Amino acid sequence: MASIAKIARRTFLIGSAAIVGGVAFGAYYVSRPAPNPLKPAEGEAALNPFVLIDRNGVTLFAPRAEMGQGVKTSWAALIAEELDVELDQVRVLHGPAAQAYYNSAFIADALPGKGYDNGNFKHAVGEALGHFGKVLNLHGTGGSTSMKDGFKRMRQAGATARETLKQTAAERLGISRGQLSTVKGAVVTPDGTQIPYSELAMDAAKLDPVDADLRPSSEWRLIGKSQPRIDMAEKATGSAEFGIDVRLPGMKFASVRMNPRQGGGMKGFDATAAEGMPGVEKVVDMGAGVAVVARNTWLAMQALDAIEVHWEDAPYPPETDQVFARIAEAFDDAPNSVLRDDGDADMLPDGATELTADYQVPYLAHATMEPMNATALLQDGKLTLWCGNQMPTFVQMKCAEEAGLESDQVEVNTTYLGGGFGRRAEFDYAVLATRLARQMPGAPVQLAWSREEDMRHDMYRPGALARMRGAVKDGQAVLVDGKVAAASPVAQAMKRLADLPQAGPDKVHVEGFFNAPYAIPNFRMAGHLADIQIPVGFWRSVGNSFNAFFVESFIDEMAHAAGADPLEFRLELARREWAPAAAVLDAVKEMSGWTGQTPAGTGRGVALCYSFGTPVAEVIEVVEDDGSIHITNAWIACDVGQAIDPEIVKAQMFGGMAYGLSAACFGEITFADGAAEQGNFPDYDAIRMHTMPRTEVQVLETQTQLGGVGEPGTPPAAPALANALFDLTGKRARQLPLMHEFDLRV
Amino acid sequence: MPTDLRINGKSHQVDLPDDVPLLWVLRDEVGLTGTKFGCGVAACGACTVHIDGEAVRSCQVALSDVWGEVTTIEGLGTPDAMAAIQQAWVEHQVAQCGYCQSGQIMQAASLLAENPAPSDVEIDEAMQGNLCRCGTYPRIRAAIHAAAQKMQEA
Repeated sequence: MASIAKIARRTFLIGSAAIVGGVAFGAYYVSRPAPNPLKPAEGEAALNPFVLIDRNGVTLFAPRAEMGQGVKTSWAALIAEELDVELDQVRVLHGPAAQAYYNSAFIADALPGKGYDNGNFKHAVGEALGHFGKVLNLHGTGGSTSMKDGFKRMRQAGATARETLKQTAAERLGISRGQLSTVKGAVVTPDGTQIPYSELAMDAAKLDPVDADLRPSSEWRLIGKSQPRIDMAEKATGSAEFGIDVRLPGMKFASVRMNPRQGGGMKGFDATAAEGMPGVEKVVDMGAGVAVVARNTWLAMQALDAIEVHWEDAPYPPETDQVFARIAEAFDDAPNSVLRDDGDADMLPDGATELTADYQVPYLAHATMEPMNATALLQDGKLTLWCGNQMPTFVQMKCAEEAGLESDQVEVNTTYLGGGFGRRAEFDYAVLATRLARQMPGAPVQLAWSREEDMRHDMYRPGALARMRGAVKDGQAVLVDGKVAAASPVAQAMKRLADLPQAGPDKVHVEGFFNAPYAIPNFRMAGHLADIQIPVGFWRSVGNSFNAFFVESFIDEMAHAAGADPLEFRLELARREWAPAAAVLDAVKEMSGWTGQTPAGTGRGVALCYSFGTPVAEVIEVVEDDGSIHITNAWIACDVGQAIDPEIVKAQMFGGMAYGLSAACFGEITFADGAAEQGNFPDYDAIRMHTMPRTEVQVLETQTQLGGVGEPGTPPAAPALANALFDLTGKRARQLPLMHEFDLRV
Repeated sequence: MPTDLRINGKSHQVDLPDDVPLLWVLRDEVGLTGTKFGCGVAACGACTVHIDGEAVRSCQVALSDVWGEVTTIEGLGTPDAMAAIQQAWVEHQVAQCGYCQSGQIMQAASLLAENPAPSDVEIDEAMQGNLCRCGTYPRIRAAIHAAAQKMQEA
């Protein structure tokens, strides 16, 4: 197995619109099964990489990061549907970092095109290309892909294991497989006798897997119905193990302080005072920072505060204004992409009214509730890691590099994630734990960051600028001509991962803009990439998070300029482009009782975004009382094609919206002297119990393809709120966060 | 000098500097990891425990200041024997990532002990110090109302 970096360098540009074949792999190389990473012990049988059976019962493997989106439950349900086991009779584990656990949907999503215009042919191409994810060893969770990836594969894994178990029973009984059925973890013989899977598994593992057709949806027991989440009791009793909860015999506790001017080095440090502090065992030079190993995490953090460090300067402009000036310079360069150029956006249609507006959004931290951490043990030429992470094979590869080992000498144990939101798609926290473990061979060490360290060492959502020009005529939109400038998370991630240059049009940078599901005769969107070295990464919904704010605020401005109702204006544009986009708008119109009129002291706004295969519309209502503005109500409609678990879909929608509202109201990372000015929740607040609106969610299933759910709730939140504030106050918000210009309830 | 603590009905002797916050005593010394570290400055509520029944941010209580019996999420109930409030959390499928939920539940338990039938406004007031980045608030509210009703019927 060649490393990701080697293969990727030769053949692929992940994340950019194009997949460029360099070296052609033979069909066998792509289609041959990945080795089964499960190494059954005595008395265990692994029927495939997702189903392991022993005397005590059935274990299913859900090798996707459980970061709140319920994937442990919904992934297991897909296998259980065909395997004929109940979710309360199986154990579900994450499993090791492995090629067999590749994500087949990552690459399909990077294909050119708007997404909603994919025909069956293109969908099939996406599925076929997806298997290159196996070649690339892309074991990971992100991009709202899990159900798209697992929907067919995991049912097949369950069906194949079921039929193989039946074949085993058939051979044992001397009858045909067709005479047998299965129920609740047992094969049922013609006379009604039940043979538990655990009694058949050892023999079944010796057979070639038996293929089986998938059951029609009319026979589903689990899919489409909400299941009790497998992780719920653990999470209600404090017994769920997150990365920071890992406890090992002889484990040391540590914390770290790296240069807050990210990417800058360290001139030197004086740890004299720290070394004499109680409980301190060791101070370690981490290159661009220091770590302290101590009896407990707090003593380590206290000692870090006592270390005097001389930092080098940041490799980027040190002040926020300079950063945005640099981003604006990108508008002077040729665009990286023009993925939509309908009609003629240079001219102004006869008799049309032109309008222009500029928008700006800040850098944002992920601020997962669980600060970054990882536990590492380097012993006898083997590295073992424990951490919540979204990309186990990347963690494995980068930590192997750090430790001077091969990937197969690194074991990655993926725990629950105390929030991911894209932050844990990175590997820096695990690499730092590995660096520390190298200094303490034989001793497991847990490296936990303070909240301040976490907030000041993020791969932020990039700050972004938009320059919008549009025109309306006879109450209709006739022109949208937009430019967006920001640093590229894809370009930086490619560099971090494999030292690859970004090449080709960066689709992620313009997602949610170029593919806005609106029929506008003249529609152009140009993406400009800013070269600025503040680390940026994948923040829940990524490019959609800023593009939806730009497009949906500007569409609102156009509606008002056209003298049209903002919701009807959008409906008209969506109906002519893609029916499911219009359907979600119709749904929120009905749910909210939208009339286009709001009483004094109340404002309502609407926004629509198609992202990760799912159109989502949100209506937000704000009320001014006692001099402050309160977000009172929200209505959300999404169309996911097929809801695997409707209650989980709803939770992701209102949770995604809350994440978007938090950022829209309060979120910003600003820079002074090269360092982020915000360090903790008092500076970087979020929606809380008393500021969360009452929310209703409707899940539609009209579109033909399966849409993602983890991210699409986020993008419409900011523009829907900003549009509501305009309705309330007449003041147009063109810059986030909104707390600077509006008296929001805090 | 070792400090004596009563935690979830058991005695513990801890030999640590006086100023170590209870949070880290629980997590790193006693091994009760259900209580979470989120911010260290009492701004998120993830570390909420009870001292003599009162909800406190354990990141702000120094070891030498612990004035009574400590109850953590592990002391409230276990997966096999959950407290009514924990059952309500499961029934309403509250948790997403789950990291903040120990603190949310401890805060809610203390609210219900003081106020057996809290209104929405009272829930807002009691719970606003507990942050949830996943945005589970609507289900937390529903679970508190459900637990209140169940506890009153009991």
